[in-house]
Amino acid sequence: MLKALKLEPEKCTGCLQCEMACSFENTGAFNPAKSRIKVFTFHDEGRFAPYTCTQCDEAWCMHACPVEAIVLNMATGSKDVLSDVCVGCKVCTIACPFGTVNYEADSGKVVKCDLCGGDPWCAKACPTGAITYVAADDTGMERMRAWAQQAPREAGAHANPPKAKEVQVFNVPQQGGL
Amino acid sequence: MRHVIIGAGPAGVVAAETLRKLDPDSNVTMLSHEPEPPYSRMAIPYYLVEQVGEQGTWLRKGDGYFENNGITVRTGVKAEGLDTQAKQVKLAGGDTVPYDKLLIATGSHPIVPPLPGVDREGVHTCWTLEDSRHIIERAKEGSRVVLIGAGFIGCIILESLVMRKTRLTVIEQQNRMVPRMMDDRAGGLIKKWCQDKGVTVHTSTTVESIDEGGDGHPLAVRMDNGESAQADLVIVCVGVKANTAFLEGSGVKADQGILVDRHLQTSVEDVYAAGDVAQGLDFNTGEYTVQAIQPTAADHGRLAANNMAGYPLKHQGSVNMNVLDTLGLISTSFGMWMGVDGGDSAELYDGDRFRYINLQFKDDVLVGGSSLGMTDHVGVMRGLIQSKVRLGKWKERLKNDPTRIMEAYIACTQAIGHNARVLSA
Ligand SMILES: Cc1cc2nc3c(=O)[nH]c(=O)nc-3n(C[C@H](O)[C@H](O)[C@H](O)COP(=O)(O)OP(=O)(O)OC[C@H]3O[C@@H](n4cnc5c(N)ncnc54)[C@H](O)[C@@H]3O)c2cc1C
Ligand code: SF4
Repeated sequence: MLKALKLEPEKCTGCLQCEMACSFENTGAFNPAKSRIKVFTFHDEGRFAPYTCTQCDEAWCMHACPVEAIVLNMATGSKDVLSDVCVGCKVCTIACPFGTVNYEADSGKVVKCDLCGGDPWCAKACPTGAITYVAADDTGMERMRAWAQQAPREAGAHANPPKAKEVQVFNVPQQGGL
Repeated sequence: MRHVIIGAGPAGVVAAETLRKLDPDSNVTMLSHEPEPPYSRMAIPYYLVEQVGEQGTWLRKGDGYFENNGITVRTGVKAEGLDTQAKQVKLAGGDTVPYDKLLIATGSHPIVPPLPGVDREGVHTCWTLEDSRHIIERAKEGSRVVLIGAGFIGCIILESLVMRKTRLTVIEQQNRMVPRMMDDRAGGLIKKWCQDKGVTVHTSTTVESIDEGGDGHPLAVRMDNGESAQADLVIVCVGVKANTAFLEGSGVKADQGILVDRHLQTSVEDVYAAGDVAQGLDFNTGEYTVQAIQPTAADHGRLAANNMAGYPLKHQGSVNMNVLDTLGLISTSFGMWMGVDGGDSAELYDGDRFRYINLQFKDDVLVGGSSLGMTDHVGVMRGLIQSKVRLGKWKERLKNDPTRIMEAYIACTQAIGHNARVLSA
């Protein structure tokens, strides 16, 4: 069964443990600026929201890459950047409609969440359960409905818009798994 | 079913793969004029600085990938004509290739302006691997290079030329660099950035001729401002034109590019077009234009293949977008970055720090944007444009601080916004 990151912003206190853990796991140093998960602060509402790649089925980044440097990880369903193949052209960073593939000037490559190969450190580090790594079908249906209801748009204006996965629940494709 | 694809760039390759998936019993043949395996022009700048070898530019790298996936690739064959009655592609040399469904994905070619001296040795375009080899040969450390045209492609290879340690002069006819991607101020910042890094940049300057040089440099580029720049290599990057010449007399109609409908079918049944050669639907304007960018080529390829395989899919339009790295200064542009009638905008300009962001709205929906000096979360501009998310009160917030674009997206699409709305209601 594939698993996915589940993010529940209402549980987030903004402590940034996830950013610390992510940067340490991926770069060897505690440096939130290098974290692939970001906690956004909403001062007006006094709230926080952790956010990272949804590992979406569409994989806009993967399809845009001119040199096949982003590949599907069959074990976890994540879309992984092969940094030795990446030429640093950044086309994936504008193709990803969720803004979760970012360019890093010092390496000259892009970085994104790869679910730490199936054992995401952000989830292990989060003290409040705002980030959990759960079975992919344990998705937040209620949130999805909430999102559907609160997002009025012109009917039929677009049959093929970028689709976020259901809110905060980072899905992985059902096919191609273990 | 015989599917034939003319062209082995991203549009052709994505189409071939999609056809194999959707129509596994069909024959898929891809024809390419160039001798190399299918490759990406976008990787050329990295090939020029020898960051990747030729193999690093290949669109698919697995050994025998195309063969193993049942795709026949014929390289070094040029389509010279098309008989849509007999359903045959005519090749140079007289051969013909019969098809049931045809995809034209022949891309575009660089325009060479009719300048006196443009045919001199050492004057090159920069479009193919073949061009790149010539450039590598001449763009040696310390050599003088003149780049004519500072459009998107010119600016992309500008960086490679500087990294090759050449002494570079850039000449652009318009009043700023990347005029079709950046406004005056952002284009001005890019120019200043390049000048600070030692590149000579002439804007609002036209090249009059390419003459014989002196002082050991074979060429000299004469400009309308009276100056002349010595050169060992001249690169012409003044725009591209769709490869449609071979369609003369075929009945396939073309304007800027091949005219297609929303299924990417041309004016002739069973003949489709995709990528740089196709005049496809623009998401923002609703008009049919040649975008000539890689993501659009890949989109077109996938859509055209669906329609060819009998799974009708309508094109919803592609968002025109670009990202550019000019000697470390990164810029992006999306959709209607220049704004729309009756719309309004948010802007933040910090010239000293080379930072700029501009957002364009129609009502409370983002329709375009551009940025300079930003690398985090830029893709969200595409997301907001293409999903037409209503920004509500976030529009005012963005007008105060356009850098909060990612927060706006999260708040407007995710539960944080929902919760907040419930709480504040
Ligand atoms: C240096 C450089 C950098 C670029 N950087 C970017 C970038 O950063 N971002 C971006 O979005 N875009 C970039 N582009 C543009 C991008 O490469 C093109 O938009 C893209 O290649 C278009 O794909 P295509 O499949 O339509 O055509 P192409 O890739 O041009 O492929 C056309 C194919 O058709 C073949 N062909 C042509 N005529 C014939 C014929 N008569 N018979 C048989 N075969 C024929 C060619 O050999 C080729 O295989 C760059 C281009 C260059 C040159
Ligand atoms: S930056 Fe790297 S991973 Fe992203 S599209 Fe370019 S080559 Fe592919």
